This record gives sequence, C-alpha cells and structure tokens, in this order.
Amino acid sequence: MKLKKFVGMTIATLFMFGAANVQADQLRVGVEGAYPPFSWKEADGTLMGFDIDFAHEVCKRLNKECVLVEQEWDGMIPALLAKKFDTIIASMSITEERKKKVDFTIKYYNTPAKLVAKKNPGFEGTAAGLKGKRLGVQRATTHQCSAEKLYPGAELVLYATQEEVFQDLASGRLDAQLSDSLQAQEGFLGLDAGSDFAFLGSGIDDVECQGVGAGFAVRKEDSALRDALSQAIKDIRSDGTYKVMNNKYFPVDIYGAD
Amino acid sequence: MASPSDRTFWEYLTHISENQSPLDFVLVIDHIDKFFYGAIVTLEITALSLLIGGILSIPLAIARAYKHPLFNRPIWCYTYFFRGTPLLVQTYLIYYGLAQFDFVKESFLWDPILSKAWWCAVIVFSLNTAAYTAEFLRGAIENTPRGEIEAARACGMSHKRVMFRIILPSTFRRALPAYSNEVIFMLHSSVVLSTITIQDILGVGRWLNGRYYLAYEGFITAMMFYMILVFIISRGFRLWEHYWLAHLRPRTNQHA
Repeated sequence: MKLKKFVGMTIATLFMFGAANVQADQLRVGVEGAYPPFSWKEADGTLMGFDIDFAHEVCKRLNKECVLVEQEWDGMIPALLAKKFDTIIASMSITEERKKKVDFTIKYYNTPAKLVAKKNPGFEGTAAGLKGKRLGVQRATTHQCSAEKLYPGAELVLYATQEEVFQDLASGRLDAQLSDSLQAQEGFLGLDAGSDFAFLGSGIDDVECQGVGAGFAVRKEDSALRDALSQAIKDIRSDGTYKVMNNKYFPVDIYGAD
Repeated sequence: MASPSDRTFWEYLTHISENQSPLDFVLVIDHIDKFFYGAIVTLEITALSLLIGGILSIPLAIARAYKHPLFNRPIWCYTYFFRGTPLLVQTYLIYYGLAQFDFVKESFLWDPILSKAWWCAVIVFSLNTAAYTAEFLRGAIENTPRGEIEAARACGMSHKRVMFRIILPSTFRRALPAYSNEVIFMLHSSVVLSTITIQDILGVGRWLNGRYYLAYEGFITAMMFYMILVFIISRGFRLWEHYWLAHLRPRTNQHA
C-alpha cells in the first residue's frame, strides 16, 4: 500500500516536472558553455559569451523568459529532438547533413574555418602535407566532416570539447587542429598558451561540410518559432544591436557577407 | 548485393531503416567494421593492463599479507589511493594533468610514452587493477588453511617452496571467482578510453552519433558489443573454474 502510494506520487511528480517544462512564456535554449568567446562558464557557473548575449537578446524580442540549458556538444541535436530545449544557440553551422534532422534560422554569423599549428611547422596545410600527421578536431562538428573529407591521410583525433583540442595542441600531442578561425584566435592564439602557434594557410573552402554560417536550430515542426527567430536576427542586425554585441567580443564584424 | 533484385531489397531496407525504424540499423551495419576495430582496441588495452596489473599485484599482495615492515604501509597507501578515487579522475590526471608541466614534456618519457593516450591508459589501468587485485589476493593468502601450510612444513619444504607450491596455487584457485568480476569491471571501466581520444568501442559509438547527429544508435551498438564480450569472458571464467576448482565440486556420478 505504502509502496503504491510512493510510486504514484513519484509518477505524479514526474508529470508535474514535465508540465513545468512546457510553459508558453519560456524559451528554452540549448547552449554549450565550452567555446569561448562564444560561450563559456564563469567559476560561479554563470554562462557568458556572444552566443549567450544573443540568446538573451532574442528572448527579449520574443517577449519570453530565457531558460538556458547546458548541453555537451555531441548530444546537442539529439537533445533538441528529445525536447530538452526548443532551440540551439551554440554557434551551430547550417549544413545539409544537419538539415536532415533539424531546421535552421538565417545565419547570425559566418567565419571561416582554419588550421592551427606550431609556427613554421615544417609541413603544409594540404592533404599531402598533413599525411600521417595527428590532426585534432572536436567531435560532431563541421570540422570533423571537413577533416575527414579534405585530409584523408591525416590521423584524426576526436575530442569532446574544443578546449581539450587546444590543450593537446599546446602539449604537443597534436601536429595541427582544424576549427573556427575566430574562435581559435580569441580562445587560443591570442592567449599565452597559444603564443607559439599560428594559422596554417587561409580559410578552408568546403561549403558541403562547413555550411553557410551559424544559425539557430529548431525542430522541423516548429516553423513558427523558426520564422520568429529569423525575424529577430534580422531586426538585431538592422537596428544596430548586432554591432554593439559584436564589438564587445570581436575587433571585426563577424556577420560575413550579407 | 550483386544482382539488381538484391540491390532493390537493400534499398528497401535502407528506406525502412532511415524513415520508419526507431534505430537506423543499416547505418550501423555500414559502419560495423569500425566497431570491430574499436573492440580490438578495447580488448588490447584491457588485456594488457590486466596482465601487467596482475603480475604487479602478486608481490604487493604477499607483502601486504605478511605485513612486510618496510613495504606494507606504502602499498596500503597505494591501494587506498587507487581504490578510493574514480578511474576517470586518475586517467585525466595522467593524460591532461601531466601534460601541463614543462619538465614532464621535456623528459625522455614524454615522446615515447606519456604523449600517447594509449600508454597513459595502459599505465593508469594497470595501476588501478593491480590495486584491486592486490587487496583481494591478500585476503585469499591470509585465508589459506593453516593445515595446508603445516603439512607442507612437516614435509620439509622451505618457506619459499611453501609459497610457490602451496600458498599461491591455492590462493589463485580461491581468488578466481573474484578475479572474473575484476576482469568484467575492468572491461566496463575501459569506456574511460573514449574520453582521452582513443577510439575504443564507445569511442566509435560516439563518433557515429557525432557524424550523423544520432541520439543512441552508436550507444546501443556499443552496448551490444560490451554485452557479447562480457558473455564470452564470463563463459571463459566458468570453464576455467570448472577446470581449476574441480576438487571442490561435489561428486555426481560416483559413489564415495
């Protein structure tokens, strides 16, 4: 009898949590928190960065309360599909492969991907140059896709977070790494740890893997939300708010070509 | 898949797999070879660590069981440390932690060993399993029946001979069931490998999930691989016990 009551209460509690999660005046945003300067976590747990600012600004324009949900990168799309949150604002590139699973808004920024290696590494950033070299990328990124396609001879090393990639590049376990050039500049090359390193070659040309810039992802059935978010991005770009947020983090405009 | 009709059937399967099945099994089958490579990596590192750790644990267990005046305390500290902290933390400490120090990176050990995730894993796993194995071997040594030792002494065997002929064989036999658990735990713990860039079974599963943005195909396939491996290992140990512990089985088809 007691057990039955307990089980019943537990189930009721679970339902209550389930119900609390789908309030209409909330926008639950999936963010990463390990990708400075786009998103990172302060020691006290506060989330900061360009993506986070963008999320708050968008919520404000949609008149919704922002609920930031942290999610490991390689589970980001599955978590969106499992309705743990309603949109992803985490520097996610708009690619054909991802479009099979989710829908995207218009882009909110676009920066090229580049290789990073030791200064004067003694090899070139080409398929031939990277043959047999240890090349690090973050798992489940556009860079994993590009690395597999463009440098088939390289020994690919996969990491859960971009921070770990830089850690192993700095310690010498990797010969090179491929990632977003802006993030690499701000999150590694501009810091003490990255002072011996530099970009290897210019931005890679691979629209198939890299997509057409970063956008917010939503579930395919949420087209109304997608359009509202796209409109918010347009407004933010056109009324000058974008410039303020951009300049807080970056010396150049990261929106790319219009 | 040579004839056209076969190909149509395969396309039909692919269609079902992608659109209707909750699990995209065709995608898994397409990449199953990677899972087998992952299984080899998992088994290779687990087996090598168990071997090194097993050999290491024997002298440690003896020193602990006989309370060696010099080594007993340090070995206790060692086993307490490795049994008292999570394997994941130990692995991070060696892999990411050591790499922070320049003197480590400049040492002769860096290039051939410490810069390689594979060796870091083998070192940590060996030390970890040695700690667990040493403690239950110690228990088994201490529980050796007094009579067996007295009988051996009465036959005129030296201490050394008693150890190698009586105590250790008897200890290994009695510790075997506990050791099969340690082997299975070690296999399960080996998933830590995927967090330090090694493509073990789980690593391949995470790669598959990441490559195609899936939620659980990679995990379920990895799970099945682990289940099959555990099945084979526990079967193997059952046979081994059958053979080694034959004298402890009740007689069935003979009258006493």
